[in-house]
Amino acid sequence: MKRFLLAAAFFAVLVLLWEATYRAKIWSPVLLPSPRQVVSYLESAAADGTLFKATVITMRRLLVGYLIGLVMGLPLGLLTARWKLFHDTIGTLALGLQTLPSVCWVPLALLWFGQTEAAMLFVVVMGTLWSVVIATETGVRNVPPIYRRAALTMGSKRLHMWFKVILPAALPFIVSGMKQGWAFAWRSLMAAEIFVTILTGFGLGQLLHYGRELSAMEQVIGIMIVIIVIGLLADKIFFSPIEKFLHRRWGTSQA
Amino acid sequence: MHRAVRPRSSVSEELEVIAPSKLAIENVSKNFQSASGPVLALDRVSLNVAEGEFVCLVGASGCGKTTLLNIIAGLEKPDSGRVLADGKPVIGPGRERLVMFQEPALFPWLNVFGNVLFGLKLKPNLTRKDRHDVATYYLELVGLSRFERANIHELSGGMKQRVSLARALAPNPRVLLMDEPFAALDALTREQLYGDIQEIWQARRKTIVFVTHNVREAACLGDRVLLFSPHPGRIHEEFAVQLPRPRDINSVDLAAHATRITKALKSIGQAEPIAAK
Repeated sequence: MKRFLLAAAFFAVLVLLWEATYRAKIWSPVLLPSPRQVVSYLESAAADGTLFKATVITMRRLLVGYLIGLVMGLPLGLLTARWKLFHDTIGTLALGLQTLPSVCWVPLALLWFGQTEAAMLFVVVMGTLWSVVIATETGVRNVPPIYRRAALTMGSKRLHMWFKVILPAALPFIVSGMKQGWAFAWRSLMAAEIFVTILTGFGLGQLLHYGRELSAMEQVIGIMIVIIVIGLLADKIFFSPIEKFLHRRWGTSQA
Repeated sequence: MHRAVRPRSSVSEELEVIAPSKLAIENVSKNFQSASGPVLALDRVSLNVAEGEFVCLVGASGCGKTTLLNIIAGLEKPDSGRVLADGKPVIGPGRERLVMFQEPALFPWLNVFGNVLFGLKLKPNLTRKDRHDVATYYLELVGLSRFERANIHELSGGMKQRVSLARALAPNPRVLLMDEPFAALDALTREQLYGDIQEIWQARRKTIVFVTHNVREAACLGDRVLLFSPHPGRIHEEFAVQLPRPRDINSVDLAAHATRITKALKSIGQAEPIAAK
């Protein structure tokens, strides 16, 4: 409770500082709106449904792309960990492509897929996939050989070995890869939405983009806050519980 | 003629004391590639272990005793020679011969109970209830019933090795292979476990091959102590320890045996640098 109050106080001070800066009139109100203006934009956007619709569209793109990335990335990571041939080929490719900021996929996606949902998905998948491949491979390679040996003597082999020993043992690595993949996917989707106007639906990035076009700073800041909150929620609702479980089971230090 | 079919595998059947295996190790050799060329880890080692015998392999580190244990387990293949368990050649690992490793190879993603269940889940013809009852039985046997829901990292070193022992015993193997299982524990915990392992060995009737570099430990536990000499790994000398059980590691009789073995061990150590030249 005390921790919560302290955190709440911290954010209250941030908002007060913002309000004070606004009142000091250092910058034009067009460039720095007051917190109240931002809130009233968010209220009206929530009331007429634009905010909700944009959030749904963005989250759908993100989740579908992310899931495709996971479903492809996990098996690819297992293959690269298991066979040298895949390690030398797909593993090297993954390592190279992971260093490519996923925004760089946007021009290619546009030329290949045009102004479509497919272009968005492609960018998200590319953001997720390579992190997951590399984390899965690293995780599998770091499984202490003694676990395998112990399981072997108890009669575990092939599929049972993979699903009951190697994958669970690699879980801490895989989860951190999933988290990184999520962050990359989220960033690249925002970039793609800002750059690309897609006729099939306006996401949060597009609202941000039009806020700039209309010089509506309260919209820009409001949407940024929504994007931050979604990122925080994803972490608290999805990743935090998994990480807490891992910390509890493995006994690694809890942040 | 109609005979009533007995239901398959009840818990009592699963906990039944089964016949321990007889092991025959015939002319086993094994080479390793090291930075300075091939090393002969085992040189035509032959050894018979009787049903239910407790045999200790002693020697300096690097004398091939762990390699031999792994070959018996089926985790490694010999370059020549073979291992027979009850007359059948060992071609791979199997749950008839379970291994207890030096570092506890417990799975951190499972709790204590899950670890003991792991091997049981791989055994066919057991119902869910059977598995639970068997796991409960063995956790009680090693004195850890209270900790069945604990996570592995919450246990002390001694408790971890007890769980490892319960996990190795649970599928009811005929042979228990132990690779310096107590080496990393403090003296007090170790002494407790000497008592426990002798008790369990007598209650459950297993053939045990126990690798250690601790001579006293070997004399305390083994019916026979085999002394290994390194480079190449061979059985150097054999000692029978005929003391009543349960044995106390601090007893005078035991010390006499240990002294005899230590003397032999030292003589190998002194001979070695000359032999190397």
